Amino acid sequence: MLNFLARRAVLALLVLATVLTVSFALTRLSGDVAVAMAGPNATQQDVEIIRKNYGLDRPLPVQFVAWVRDAATGDLGRSYLYHAPVAELISARVPITLTLGLTGLCIALLTAIPLGILAATREGSVLDRAIMMVAVVGQAMPSFWLGLVLVIWLGVRLQWLPISGVETWQGYILPGVVLAFSAIPALMRLTRSGMVDALASDYIRTARAKGLSRARIILTHALRNAAMPVVAVAAVQLGFMLGGSIVIEAVFSLNGVGYLAWESISKNDFPVVQAVVLFLATIYIVLTLVADLFNAVLDPRLRTA
Amino acid sequence: MRDDVAPLLEVENLRVRFGTQVDAVRGVSLTVRKGETHCLVGESGCGKSVSALAIMGLLTRSAARTADTLRFGGENLIGIKDRALAKLRGDRMAMIFQEPMTSLNPAFTVGSQLAEVLQRHRKATRAQSLERAAELLAKVGISNPGLRLGQFPHQLSGGLRQRVMIAMALMCDPELLIADEPTTALDVTVQAQILRLLLGLQRELGLAILLITHDLGVVARVAHRVSVMYAGEVVESATAPALFAGPTHPYTHGLLACVPVPGQVRRGEPLGSIPGTVPRLAPGLRGCAFRERCAHAVAACADAVPTHYRGPDHPYRCRLSSDWAEARAA
Amino acid sequence: MTLKQAFAALGALIVGGVAIVAILAPWITPHDPFLQDLNARMQPPFWMDGSSPEHLLGTDQLGRDYLSRLIYGARISMIIGVLVVICSGLIGTTLGVLGGFFGGRVDAVVMFVITCRLAIPLILIALTVVAFVGSSFTVVVLTLGLLLWERFAVVSRTTTMQVRTLDYVAAAQAAGCSRFYILLREVLPNIIHHLVVVATLEMALAILLEAALSFLGLGVPSPLPSWGLMISEAKDYMYFSPWVIMIPGVTLFVLVLGINLLGDGLRDRLGATRDA
Repeated sequence: MLNFLARRAVLALLVLATVLTVSFALTRLSGDVAVAMAGPNATQQDVEIIRKNYGLDRPLPVQFVAWVRDAATGDLGRSYLYHAPVAELISARVPITLTLGLTGLCIALLTAIPLGILAATREGSVLDRAIMMVAVVGQAMPSFWLGLVLVIWLGVRLQWLPISGVETWQGYILPGVVLAFSAIPALMRLTRSGMVDALASDYIRTARAKGLSRARIILTHALRNAAMPVVAVAAVQLGFMLGGSIVIEAVFSLNGVGYLAWESISKNDFPVVQAVVLFLATIYIVLTLVADLFNAVLDPRLRTA
Repeated sequence: MRDDVAPLLEVENLRVRFGTQVDAVRGVSLTVRKGETHCLVGESGCGKSVSALAIMGLLTRSAARTADTLRFGGENLIGIKDRALAKLRGDRMAMIFQEPMTSLNPAFTVGSQLAEVLQRHRKATRAQSLERAAELLAKVGISNPGLRLGQFPHQLSGGLRQRVMIAMALMCDPELLIADEPTTALDVTVQAQILRLLLGLQRELGLAILLITHDLGVVARVAHRVSVMYAGEVVESATAPALFAGPTHPYTHGLLACVPVPGQVRRGEPLGSIPGTVPRLAPGLRGCAFRERCAHAVAACADAVPTHYRGPDHPYRCRLSSDWAEARAA
Repeated sequence: MTLKQAFAALGALIVGGVAIVAILAPWITPHDPFLQDLNARMQPPFWMDGSSPEHLLGTDQLGRDYLSRLIYGARISMIIGVLVVICSGLIGTTLGVLGGFFGGRVDAVVMFVITCRLAIPLILIALTVVAFVGSSFTVVVLTLGLLLWERFAVVSRTTTMQVRTLDYVAAAQAAGCSRFYILLREVLPNIIHHLVVVATLEMALAILLEAALSFLGLGVPSPLPSWGLMISEAKDYMYFSPWVIMIPGVTLFVLVLGINLLGDGLRDRLGATRDA
């Protein structure tokens, strides 16, 4: 088990290093950073001052190494826009984005898994087709548009739920639902196909021959085997939600990491952008690692792999 | 076998239809008594596995099962709710299957899969169930049962897994064990061991066994009674000695002729075979299903087929008289 | 015709219809989509009071004819969808086929590249690149095309691995065919039906992503009538005139739905693998 973890961890670090290098290079090479940061109204002198202050006159590899070294000690630079340490800015907003992501994931799992199981046990029936139709519709829905529509109908016209800000926990519901919408189709399909395969297998026939209750057969024997790909995809979907929260946070005016990222990108605040990439990429990689771990727990055959 | 003992399993005219296209079982009747091994023998596709699944109530929803009589221990199995049938399964009647490699759930330990049978039917605690599981693992010839309980199926060989399946079937001390080709997927040496094991358990526990197989060698070794199946129905039924001494239905006769007996086969002589193939089991099949391949078929065979008796307990479905083979040889 | 086939046909109809509209755009739009008329702002569509027969679907906040902008928006969505799929398809398929066919170190490198790509937060990188390079149609197409290849890579890799072990490949190798020839003439034709299905799904995704980017102001630049941009520009007026965001949203939804239905139908028809 430990060996398994160790190998995965090394791979994860390599991936993280590559992603950081690529994103660093991408941002630095897409134009003169100092000019972009200074903005359209800056003079040549402003640009030079920025260049000096942010060390942008040094060769690229030197800049990268310096950034990595600083990041390792927790210093993610200073935001040009807010004149504050980037680390502070991000950590203040992380709880909101994290809560949003987890809310979305919970809603998605609580909807997708039962529906997927239901569709599988009634395979081929009208109910099955109806549930699959929900998946197809959900996949086509543009999330930002859905958010706006919900804001108009549920927030303004019916006044059921708050439409911006998160002073109360209800503020997470609408954005959580919108986030969940993007993950539900994939999770539902996966659950359904996994359950259909599991229910057709020989060990389920054995379980029925043992006289076990229907509930136990479906929820213990079958689900345990069907759950493996679902867990992996769920972890990845959480990663997407955290990354895709940019759009949702913009629509619902939530002051999370995504919103910060959008602002910084629009206003060319480089240090923040680089730090957010680090944050999100790390989370993705950790989540994939967690998913692998879950799979090893669920499927004993993988532990020796 | 004593005929005055009431049969444990009584099946009369069992029929199974899948959807509207396939009549998989077209009239199976048999009885199994306590302590008796009844072999249901036939080639692939004749409907023997489906019959076993039908008796246990393990068919899919698309299958329609009917029977004039289907009784287990005096209780009627037709028309009872699935939940009641589930209570019987694993408890008083158990089944083991052909593919031990895939019949166990890969995600759970051997011990938990054994234990849950007792926990379900006897409301036993986990500890009690595991204790009995270890007992049974030892009884089926598995060494170091304690270690095996904690292992996962993929860590066991095919032969070991089949022994685990047998132990699992015995957890609640069933009265009837249905074994669907239990040795077909195993190596020859392991086959013999498993058969010996089943015989020993039967002697010790008074188990009634319905053994499904296509292998006449297995039948010769373990059967008290034999029912021969062809194209969805039982064509001949007798005690094992009577069947081997006097196979009456042309199909049975042909089957036994196909088995080369050492010392009786002369060099250069062709091995026996039955020409033709099994007919499609579409609904509405009338008359004798074997007539296309039978050397003795006449026009009347396309209509209803009579049931004749070679002995009081030896029915067969054919128009031929019971001594046709002796008459020909003479 | 079964229900599934009916849905697939519906999908084909929708996609075909939008494609035709997109192609015929210059000839069928009633007005110039960029022409502003500040006297005719925010006119409602024909099913509401106060509408004008001049503008069937009303006008936006700058007096531009909504129907015309919608039609041109179809162009933008379709063109972006097709171009991105071609670009990402080429990249992903090449990577996947190479990795799947040669195995060993080549495959290890391909897997690593795919894993890295999966670890990159897509929207974030796309936004960043567009922001720094400058938002334009070309930039959006290139960015999405260079980022959306991972499913092509994964599917082509898996299917190539399955095909590689089949007899006709071995026969070609035994006959002395060059590896390039085998890849092109033996492997590719036998995995292409899987890739067609992936292409439809990726096209739908590309269209949704472009809409999201434009919505955030970092996609296709104004005044181009991208549907996402139209929704974004209409955001400020949506409380009083919800139809301004409903119409482009519905068309976007219908188009993506059509592509997905078509893709599902193709998958069933071509017997491709079931990917979530």
